[in-house]
Amino acid sequence: MTDDELIWRISGGSGDGIASTSQNFAKALMRSGLDVFTHRHYPSRIRGGHTYTEVRASADPVNSRGDGYNFLLALGDSFARNPQEEAVYGNEEIKPLSENLDELRQGGVIVYDEGLLDASEIPNFEERAEENDWHVYPLDLRGLARDMGREVMRNTAGVGATCALTGMDLDHVQDLMRDAMPEKILDPNLEILQTAYDQVREEYDVDAPDVGVPTGEHDETQLLMSGSDAISYGAIDEGCRFIAGYPMTPWTEVFTIMTKNLPKLGGISEQVEDEIAAAALAVGASHAGVKAMSGSSGGGFALMSEPLGLAEMTETPVVLVEAMRAGPSTGMPTKPEQSDLEHVLYTSQGDSQRVVLAPGTVEEAYEQSRIAFRLAYEYQIPSILLYDQKLGGEMTNVPKSHFDREPNPTLGKTLSEDALAEEPHSADGKFHRFQHDVEDGVSPRSIPGQKGGRFLATGNEHDPTGHIAESPDNRVAQIDRRTQKLEAIRADLDTVDTGSYAGPDDAQYGILTFGSQQGTVEEAVGRLNDAGVSVKSYGVSDMLPFPTEQVEAFVESVDEVLVVEMTASGQFRGLVQKNLGRYGEKLSSLLKYNGNPFEPAEIVDGFEAAIVEGDGDASGHQTTFVPAAGD
Amino acid sequence: MSTFSAIGEEREIDRDEYTPGVEPQPTWCPGCGDFSVLKALKQALPEVGRTPEETLLCTGIGCSGKLNSYLDTYGFHTIHGRSLPVARAAKLANPDLEVIAAGGDGDGYGIGGNHFIHTARENHDMTYIVFNNEIFGLTKGQTSPTSPKGHKSKTQPSGSAKEPIKPLSMSLNAGASYVARTAAVNPNQAKEIIIEAIEHDGFAHVDFLTQCPTWNKDARQYVPYIDVNESDDYDFDPTDRVEAAEMMRETEESLYEGKVLTGRYYVDEDRPSYGEEKQAIGEMPEEPLAERYWDDDYEWERSHDHFLDKHA
Repeated sequence: MTDDELIWRISGGSGDGIASTSQNFAKALMRSGLDVFTHRHYPSRIRGGHTYTEVRASADPVNSRGDGYNFLLALGDSFARNPQEEAVYGNEEIKPLSENLDELRQGGVIVYDEGLLDASEIPNFEERAEENDWHVYPLDLRGLARDMGREVMRNTAGVGATCALTGMDLDHVQDLMRDAMPEKILDPNLEILQTAYDQVREEYDVDAPDVGVPTGEHDETQLLMSGSDAISYGAIDEGCRFIAGYPMTPWTEVFTIMTKNLPKLGGISEQVEDEIAAAALAVGASHAGVKAMSGSSGGGFALMSEPLGLAEMTETPVVLVEAMRAGPSTGMPTKPEQSDLEHVLYTSQGDSQRVVLAPGTVEEAYEQSRIAFRLAYEYQIPSILLYDQKLGGEMTNVPKSHFDREPNPTLGKTLSEDALAEEPHSADGKFHRFQHDVEDGVSPRSIPGQKGGRFLATGNEHDPTGHIAESPDNRVAQIDRRTQKLEAIRADLDTVDTGSYAGPDDAQYGILTFGSQQGTVEEAVGRLNDAGVSVKSYGVSDMLPFPTEQVEAFVESVDEVLVVEMTASGQFRGLVQKNLGRYGEKLSSLLKYNGNPFEPAEIVDGFEAAIVEGDGDASGHQTTFVPAAGD
Repeated sequence: MSTFSAIGEEREIDRDEYTPGVEPQPTWCPGCGDFSVLKALKQALPEVGRTPEETLLCTGIGCSGKLNSYLDTYGFHTIHGRSLPVARAAKLANPDLEVIAAGGDGDGYGIGGNHFIHTARENHDMTYIVFNNEIFGLTKGQTSPTSPKGHKSKTQPSGSAKEPIKPLSMSLNAGASYVARTAAVNPNQAKEIIIEAIEHDGFAHVDFLTQCPTWNKDARQYVPYIDVNESDDYDFDPTDRVEAAEMMRETEESLYEGKVLTGRYYVDEDRPSYGEEKQAIGEMPEEPLAERYWDDDYEWERSHDHFLDKHA
């Protein structure tokens, strides 16, 4: 949005080290005092294909990918140079140049690996470069890396060139290499970095860089974290020591982070035969007295519908995470979408109850992971943490102090053996696990192996001792009590304040959004206000129980509201209207479902088209505008 | 007082302790083989010395799932086919619990077949009893995975075209370290086998032939059984995998020819249980995980102190 930012895109093939290189570069920028935000784009393919990561760095806070970018490091896809691959996928080596140019800003820089890419194969490349005032630097990164080490180290050469062309010191990059690289490959990498840097500085006039690195300063230690990291650490700090899962993109990130860390803490991770088993294991471990989680993505979560209902009926606490990707069915495994919202809200049979939280940022992902566990155990209910591929994979800097909090291993209302021996828990010599009339609807539980706590947990409707019962009075008492928990949880959440507001309180217009689009919306709100449009936003985090009062107050306070979400059918808007019961005439939708998250400019354009101009033409980007329904 | 003081308590246990105080009348049909499983468990548990409160019984759905209502232990009546994943997680969370899972042939070999294979493969230290009556009972008489080929039912009116599942061979091949078959018509053997299965350190699979007098009058489970471990005609070594496999094959074929052979077919005392394997590679704590949540002196570790510096 300003000239004071670097948005560096590194592009190449899957398996070429794009992710690790960009992560290290982002960390180097963070260590230099800047705020950073990364955005990943990759195909569902192990090697080859076209992938890129953007690293946005600014002295100001950044919570969004930004619009386009201003520095392209086009490495080329080494794997697509296999003739067989080329036969199947076409001549992919020019993709980093041919596929990325549309979003490169005016005056941007292109560094490309002339060892792998031939710019003359790109139609009108020179004309476009001239037209857009792009500064093009063809460098033989592959050759340099091959001469001094191994071909794969061309990423390092690219980073060296980047530093030379942006005026960035090599110190932080070198430090990171020393931290992260094994001895064996460290020296050649350091040498390649330095050589590329020196060569570029010698060959080109780089004292006044085309795109500079801003300067900034942090007043406390920053950590580079992804949403998946934050969710995992939140679970660990809340005392979760058991996870069961089955691999599925993008949930696998949380699963692997937990699996790596739990055994170090004496916890247990289980990779099992399918997602039904995974969620059932989490239920079994929780029943036996351990804080447990499982999770999946769309199709895998569909299988968890059964154990989810079982957890609800047996009032067994459990946390499931759902990392959304584009659906239906297998959909687009590596592309974000928010269209599992209704799936997660309504899956499983009967009047089942659950908590659904959708964090909007990496910081919130940590907090809401903790809240999801706390609510699950305090209220004996399944909690679902709903996020998407974007939030799970993006990385940003978060102050370390954000995570400096007390652990909370408590199991909630769980009775000691002394308490179990007392009235009223054992009224007739039997433990009444599912008492009808209790505060908050939460009936204290026992754990197998405890004296005096024997009970039956069953997915059938049951009486206070847990035995299967179908009497009308008992049915009503039990279902009312289970439902009552949601009211208590809503009151609890009201004290935590999980929503995120941006813009002036007395704004004329509003934007409602949820989950990973929150940061992008907030950036758009800032720009709109700068441009003189009075607008505020509310990023809603609690999907169930829904913060009806807060959302109603927000909608009430403005003339019109744009609902921004990554779905084709306006699922979030539907949820808002379902809970508010009216205000349809105030709500319009801005939807995007092409596999890419919103950019701030798309929201600005969409808002202006929908609200300011009111013609409903939501810009030239892939966005869909659905006007107000009226009620 | 320990948190789980019911675990490991040594005392005389009365069989009636396993009977719920307010007796729910079993809704099984008169003459149902399921009564025999209930009886065998009530006899076996006190003899093994496991109290109702240190025992967790996990069941699936169907007539067999009602076992939970008539055997008063800690219980988890789960969902169709899913007793095993719930049971094995409970065992991992607290290995001191006596974990028993039970289900029917549809529940265990059909809808839960995948879990059966993988639980056997992992060799969790638990007992799994499958009430095998070759029929779906509670849904009123449909063909099950163990119904013989040609079996006619409302869902297979022309007679099943499928070969029945061979559960003993399946279990052995999947990796169970104890495999036995017993029959409701043989209560003494049933009790002995359940005792052995509970005492076995590893996954003990008991295929329990239970007659269904209402929906499957033609099944062979009513005919007199032959105890293969007692009979000289069937000389094989249950600790020898190859001999056990051959004996299972014969047993599983002869069942549908009208000859009911029962007994212990495979016993591997040497294979470590899954929990032991996990502990050996450092992926499971020595002390039961569930105990930790009750230990006031335990210092809960934080990500802040352990994992965050690598992100700096």
